[in-house]
Amino acid sequence: MVSTERFIGQPVLRKEDPDLLTGQARYIDDWTMPGMVWMAMVRPPYVHATIEAVDTTAAAAMPGVVGVFTADDLDLGALPFVWPITEDIKVPVHYALTKDKIRFAGDAVAVVVAASREQAIDAAEAVSVRATVLPAITDIEEAAADGATLIHEDLGTNVTVHWVHGGAGDQGVFDTAPVIVTERYIQPRLIPNAIEPRGCLAYGVQSMGEYTLVSSTQIPHIVKVTLSGVTGIAEQKLRVIAPDVGGGFGSKLNVYAEEALALGLAKKLGVPVKWIEGRGENYVGTIHGRGVLHDVTLAADKDGKLIGMKFVELADMGAYYQLLTPGIPELGGWVYMGPYDPQTYWYEFRGVLTNTTPTDAYRGAGRPEATYVVERAMDALARKVGKDPAEVRRINLHPPFDEATPFICGLSVDSGNFEPLLDKALELVDYDAMRAEQRTRRDRGDVKQLGIGITTYIEMCGLAPSNILGALRYAAGGWDGATIECLPLGEVILKTGTSPHGQGHETSWAQIVADGLGVDPDKVTVLHGDTMITPLGMDTYGSRSLSVGGVAIHYAMEKVKEKARTIAAHELEVSEDDLDWSDGSFRVKGAPDKARTIPEIALSAWHAHALPDGVEPSLHATAVYDPKNFTWPSGAHACVVEVDTETGHTDILRYVAVDDCGTVINPMIVEGQVHGGVAQGVAEALYEEAIYDDLGNLMTSSMTQYLIPSAMEIPHMITDNSQETPSSTNPLGVKGIGEAGTIASPPTVINAVVDALSHLGVTDVGKPASPERVWRAIREAKGALA
Amino acid sequence: MTHVSLTVNGAHHQADVEPRTLLVYFLREQLGLTGTNVGCDTSSCGSCTVHLDGESVKSCTLLAVQADGREVTTIEAVATDGELSPLQESFHRHHGLQCGYCTPGMIMAASSFLKENPSPTEEEVREALEGNLCRCTGYQNIVESILDAAGQTSGARA
Amino acid sequence: MIPAAFDYARAGSVEEAISLLGSNEDAKVLAGGHSLLPAMRLRIARPAMLVDIGRMSDLSYVREDGDRIAIGALTRHHDLANSEALEQLCPIVAFTAAQIGDPQVRHMGTIGGSVAHGDPASDLPSVLLALDAEFTAQGPAGSRTIAADAFFTSLFETALAPNEVLTEIRVPKATAGWSYLKFQRRAQDWAVVGVAAVRSNGGVHVGLTNMGLTPMRAAGVEAAVLAGSDPAAAAAHADEGTAPPSDSFGSDEYRRELVKVLVRRALVEAME
Repeated sequence: MVSTERFIGQPVLRKEDPDLLTGQARYIDDWTMPGMVWMAMVRPPYVHATIEAVDTTAAAAMPGVVGVFTADDLDLGALPFVWPITEDIKVPVHYALTKDKIRFAGDAVAVVVAASREQAIDAAEAVSVRATVLPAITDIEEAAADGATLIHEDLGTNVTVHWVHGGAGDQGVFDTAPVIVTERYIQPRLIPNAIEPRGCLAYGVQSMGEYTLVSSTQIPHIVKVTLSGVTGIAEQKLRVIAPDVGGGFGSKLNVYAEEALALGLAKKLGVPVKWIEGRGENYVGTIHGRGVLHDVTLAADKDGKLIGMKFVELADMGAYYQLLTPGIPELGGWVYMGPYDPQTYWYEFRGVLTNTTPTDAYRGAGRPEATYVVERAMDALARKVGKDPAEVRRINLHPPFDEATPFICGLSVDSGNFEPLLDKALELVDYDAMRAEQRTRRDRGDVKQLGIGITTYIEMCGLAPSNILGALRYAAGGWDGATIECLPLGEVILKTGTSPHGQGHETSWAQIVADGLGVDPDKVTVLHGDTMITPLGMDTYGSRSLSVGGVAIHYAMEKVKEKARTIAAHELEVSEDDLDWSDGSFRVKGAPDKARTIPEIALSAWHAHALPDGVEPSLHATAVYDPKNFTWPSGAHACVVEVDTETGHTDILRYVAVDDCGTVINPMIVEGQVHGGVAQGVAEALYEEAIYDDLGNLMTSSMTQYLIPSAMEIPHMITDNSQETPSSTNPLGVKGIGEAGTIASPPTVINAVVDALSHLGVTDVGKPASPERVWRAIREAKGALA
Repeated sequence: MTHVSLTVNGAHHQADVEPRTLLVYFLREQLGLTGTNVGCDTSSCGSCTVHLDGESVKSCTLLAVQADGREVTTIEAVATDGELSPLQESFHRHHGLQCGYCTPGMIMAASSFLKENPSPTEEEVREALEGNLCRCTGYQNIVESILDAAGQTSGARA
Repeated sequence: MIPAAFDYARAGSVEEAISLLGSNEDAKVLAGGHSLLPAMRLRIARPAMLVDIGRMSDLSYVREDGDRIAIGALTRHHDLANSEALEQLCPIVAFTAAQIGDPQVRHMGTIGGSVAHGDPASDLPSVLLALDAEFTAQGPAGSRTIAADAFFTSLFETALAPNEVLTEIRVPKATAGWSYLKFQRRAQDWAVVGVAAVRSNGGVHVGLTNMGLTPMRAAGVEAAVLAGSDPAAAAAHADEGTAPPSDSFGSDEYRRELVKVLVRRALVEAME
């Protein structure tokens, strides 16, 4: 453990901020190079169509055009898909440019390269495509039905994967238990909407075969290894740089056609090639999230104590698999028990192809989908047994534990203490007073009714133990790396394998190093996001950065200190056992004034004038950490909404997030992650959904129709991260906080909306709870009662 | 091509531009002022907010020719001699930014607003940001940053 | 995205603008650009020429003119929202202007541009209808006045000829009861449905936003009010004669019900 915590746990202000605040940051569109040309994608206005002919002649003759290229002109392999989750999974072949068919609106048939951005866009419009339109399917049940039009004829079906968790316990309870709750929940597709669209710049030296890709990505390391395969550029000659990245939320946890094309074109043309995504392109060409349908069965006793939990899911894969597509529902498959303790568990899902943008990881990735249906069903159970939803959760919470403990999902949870989190959330939301106010409004028959929603959750972070990933058929490992270099003048460089894009790693990681090595955080420079500088990395997603990459820092520091101890003992002329590490120095036991700091030792190691025998010069070390278990944050959220029963409009009056993410490194950053996560979940609950028309066209095709909420719609949030139950998985005790808000908030809000209307007979409003959906739910309930 | 002559961050510039050149691309690509970002096609996100004659506008929904003869201020001119402005400093202190992409637009929208309303309430600050989208922060610390810069305090709206 | 290429001319006067518009049948007037440029960026609109009238500062004003208030067509939403004259003499216009878009949009967008765009989802047109506003258009043959109820002819179409420029909007003083209720998903959005109610001559004029191809008056509601119906009864007529859109913001069925709720509430507010 870190011996002296001067900075861990403190709200250290971010080192990242000054250049971001002053416009000096360098996002991908700020990169430019001499001789650079622009790439534009040619995406014909079809959703599902057989290509008859692509005519590029008019486009090629347009001003400034360098060339127009189709798949046959470029020697690119299929785009990477790295998670074939079952042995018999059917994998659609996915090329950067499609040849035979257009299968979704983002499918491109050609690229234009031109001298300027405008010329490339103008010429892309001039490429003409003759195609035969096929029926478009955007609905998963329709796509899964027998006889449905096939998205990929060669696969013979649209249902390309069926993953069965296998379950646990006596499955008979779903027939025999005293109380059975069956529910169906639909969660529409979401569009991630990092405010910075994607983009990339590829350049290199043809004669050397060396290339660099600068890309707005979360995963430079994974992009490097996979695109080496796609482009044929030798892995050691391909460098990938993630510059300042303007948000990701999973949408940049992928390897995209445009990245492969830009590299392929730089290789073919010998000039730097740049592509910047328009927002409209982003809505069809960048992955979507969610898009699932669940049938839920809960078995319980008459008091609402859970006996069994069963979930059967249909998941929309989109038209192809992107990097991880079918792995996303599977990730959720481990958290359907929530923080509860049933004896029986069942989860399975079928992945279905449709004529839509591929789905993949969107903030939470499988766990929000799971938590939503669990927590909605818990409220349904409470209604069925006539109990308060808080009480039903309370009697089902798993008892506290501080060592890894097997849960019914088949994995061991690192630590947890759930009930105090629920108590805290109820206290902060002023639960009893809100219930009283609710009763008053109901008695008065107010137009605006009050609803209270609660969620208790557990989630799985810290992806991931490599052996488990292997067992789950994921193609890569889940480790991460850290290299620490102590410079002679007292500065420390940390090279991390994580690749932040807003999470503040430069600050939090510096805090960890500062405490570990007894230096000031200002003396620590964190380097990241460049495969040449930090080759050992697995990048940033799934709330893994701290609980894997951060822990790697800890082990690198252990190695640095082991060597430093040897040098210090030599210089102080004592044995290593006679040294204590305290107050940021190695001190002689009994004579604490005889001491060496890490900077002092770093200088000795650098000039190397008098190192002990067998000790190499330079104080530096690298560690690669492979976690032994996942980490499991947990929490309780509560909110109060006011629903206008005439218009269906919902206002959130109060939102409380109580989260236990283990040891907190920087409470300011943790709070920021919770705020952002809750806001995204509130957006999911009340505003956002991808809507398609009958012809398969995306109706919510811009930010004017896809409703990302503003400061006017997002409520003030009350957060509490004071409970820090240390993870038993790693020596820092950290768990992760990047996704908790997004996981817990959608059911919290929807439960509150339903709760506001439950006295009218409403049991579901759908997601998002748009005014029209709420209005319809009220009308239908009234109709049913009448 | 159309000739434009305008003042940007106090410096006078003349250039010939295609009429369709959006102000934001003129600033970014012809003047090299890349602090102003582009996040959408539809004047929705506000990342491109700059000041035109001292008032906030979305530079992606403005032709460069419309700024002819006028004064444009971008995020690059907000700090002076490396010193953050009080508003920027407040964003730093209150963790009012994460990925930073929307931040220049937020700062420019907020500084224009504070000129009109130097002592706003939380509700007024939120309303002033209705045209600026942020995907990272949930807005709470942005609102806090602006209120504190204005010497105001926040509380729950409820 | 970037607009398709076009020719650009800045008009120094209304006369020059009219002549430029006459020279190119695919020419469009550019005022603040906040209706036109977004459509051009998506390449939904591709005018061959833009005639920029944005610099005619003599078309930006709000002034009392007898029993009416004259508003220059290039007056920005921001200036309407902050106009003391409107605040005192016709507050519904100032209030509604503040509901449009967001501050940046209001710093550029103009009342004339908004009205001439003919978008039934825009806020000001239904307010101007309820106010019985008059529109002054100038063309090659001089000026003419168009009554509000003759101005909005169809979706994105108005009574303005291609070579006419809208120069002024005149509204009555309206300080009796009024209401503008904009029902929207997000603060920056267009109205799902909007309702303007203005007391006038013992009755109430009701204008509807986004309930058909044009902004429209709720004639059935107005007649019911005159006949003595209470707001709830009068509001039951709110969707008569409307043809609301079905889109991602709501179905026509929902809008028909929503407009009744909003009209009732607006009547109550206006009659308080």
